[in-house]
Amino acid sequence: MLSIENLQWGLNGKLVIDGLNMHVGRGEIYGILGENGTGKTSLTHLIMGTNNYKPTGGDILFEGQNLAGLSISQRARMGISLAWQEPVRIEGLMVEDYLRISGKNFGIEQVKHCLEMVGLSPSIYLSRDIDSTLSGGERKRIEMASLVAMHPKLAILDEPDSGVDIPSLPLILNSIMEMSRQGSSVLLITHNEKVVEIAHRVSVLCGGKIFMTGTPAETSHWFKDNCQTCPHINEPVEL
Amino acid sequence: MIYSVEKEYQGMLDAYEKAGGDSNSLKTEGMAKLIVHENKVLSADEVPGVRLKFKPKENGIIAELRVEEGVKVKNPIHLCFGILPSEGLQDITFRVDVLSGAEVKVVAHCIFPNAVHVIHKMDAVINIGENAIFSYNETHYHGDSGGIEVIPKAKVILAEKAFYKNTFSLVQGCVGKLDFDYDIYSGANSVAEMVAKIYGKQDDYIKINEKVNLNGENARSLIKTRIVLRDRARAEVIGETQGNAPYARGHVDCTELVNGTEAVAKAIPVVSVTNDKAKITHEAAIGSIDRRQVETLMARGLDENEAVDVIVKGLLR
Repeated sequence: MLSIENLQWGLNGKLVIDGLNMHVGRGEIYGILGENGTGKTSLTHLIMGTNNYKPTGGDILFEGQNLAGLSISQRARMGISLAWQEPVRIEGLMVEDYLRISGKNFGIEQVKHCLEMVGLSPSIYLSRDIDSTLSGGERKRIEMASLVAMHPKLAILDEPDSGVDIPSLPLILNSIMEMSRQGSSVLLITHNEKVVEIAHRVSVLCGGKIFMTGTPAETSHWFKDNCQTCPHINEPVEL
Repeated sequence: MIYSVEKEYQGMLDAYEKAGGDSNSLKTEGMAKLIVHENKVLSADEVPGVRLKFKPKENGIIAELRVEEGVKVKNPIHLCFGILPSEGLQDITFRVDVLSGAEVKVVAHCIFPNAVHVIHKMDAVINIGENAIFSYNETHYHGDSGGIEVIPKAKVILAEKAFYKNTFSLVQGCVGKLDFDYDIYSGANSVAEMVAKIYGKQDDYIKINEKVNLNGENARSLIKTRIVLRDRARAEVIGETQGNAPYARGHVDCTELVNGTEAVAKAIPVVSVTNDKAKITHEAAIGSIDRRQVETLMARGLDENEAVDVIVKGLLR
């Protein structure tokens, strides 16, 4: 589904993504685990084409097609989409309209179902605006609902747990697993080893490189032992 | 083109319908309404407790709306002003008295679909009595030529515990030249809310000057302006609030989006306090359309122009 080969991208003369290789299979939940500043969000921008990020080396292939030169819209129409770490506010855009944009030709019942999947009551939220009257956690859940509505081939989730309260987290994780069951591949990016427990495979990212790949249990254990205690934040040392 | 009265009436309804309005609301029995083309009153209806008086003057009319004490008007009062030919002047002198305890909502439509050299002026004095509620929602439908000047001016006086909300919307067609000037005097415990939503295009020039004088204790106000500019359109927004009484609270909130390199937006929030227990705040944001908003919608499959359109419509909704 998604193949990344020797990907490089830098900022101010420093490589943020440094020769990264990875592959996400169809329907797979693939976790990327990394501390702050290790290149996780940069990777999402490079795949989605957002923030004007363009690789300085290497290739990103989706279903065999190189994404170089494609706009965000073109990538989205191929089936790639992104839930942002901090979803934007769009004054005057109602939740219902946002979900209808995401789920082309969606009827109201389908829109309601997407909200219910992330634990938001349609009667309360459908007519709300996606503006500052919603909390960060609410916007995060609406962002997830919009991805569920879009039913992408590849969903990139940047820190889907950040700002979400503890009781709501299982709903978010269930909706991710449901997306996978329905055939979507999921790139699950987080610094929280609890979140990647639902992944099929997990890689640890540091300094823009994959350090190890394994089961959620293996990588979480390794992450806790090596990354959370590491004084060289984003400056990997040979282990 | 010369219009007969019947043709004028039908023409106004057609233009209203074409602009997206529901002309049935102007034909429904049992609703107060006033339809004015140039200086001719084409239709006028009162309901119990609502008095609508009018007389023509050169190039316009003098109108009076009076809602009697304690009357709660069930259906909105519809006002429709317009000029159908490409040239003309419509000069409205308007007095509104909403007496104590009355409640009324006015829906006003101003229709100028063919304007090339048209001036639409309104000078209003609005008195809102104690505990009265007055909501005035004005929507303009203009053609695409931009050959129109709109000059609404009003003095609004709020008695104790009065509630006043004014919504002015000009997002269809070209604005032309707008010179909007409202002055509000707020009594104790009154609430005033002014909302303006305008979409400037081509060579439109928009000037908004809104001033709220919070003169009564615990008076509250909000001035909210949303403007989007493209092409060579220009806008200048002055939102002024004076806190002159204890516990008066006011807020000025102006957002102007500029889409393109030639449009020019200017915002001047003015806040002043003459009482040490009053508090006035303001926020003004001027800039291009947020790139992250655009990218979020593009990541849902919209192209860039569609994404910008959704953002603009949302802001002006």
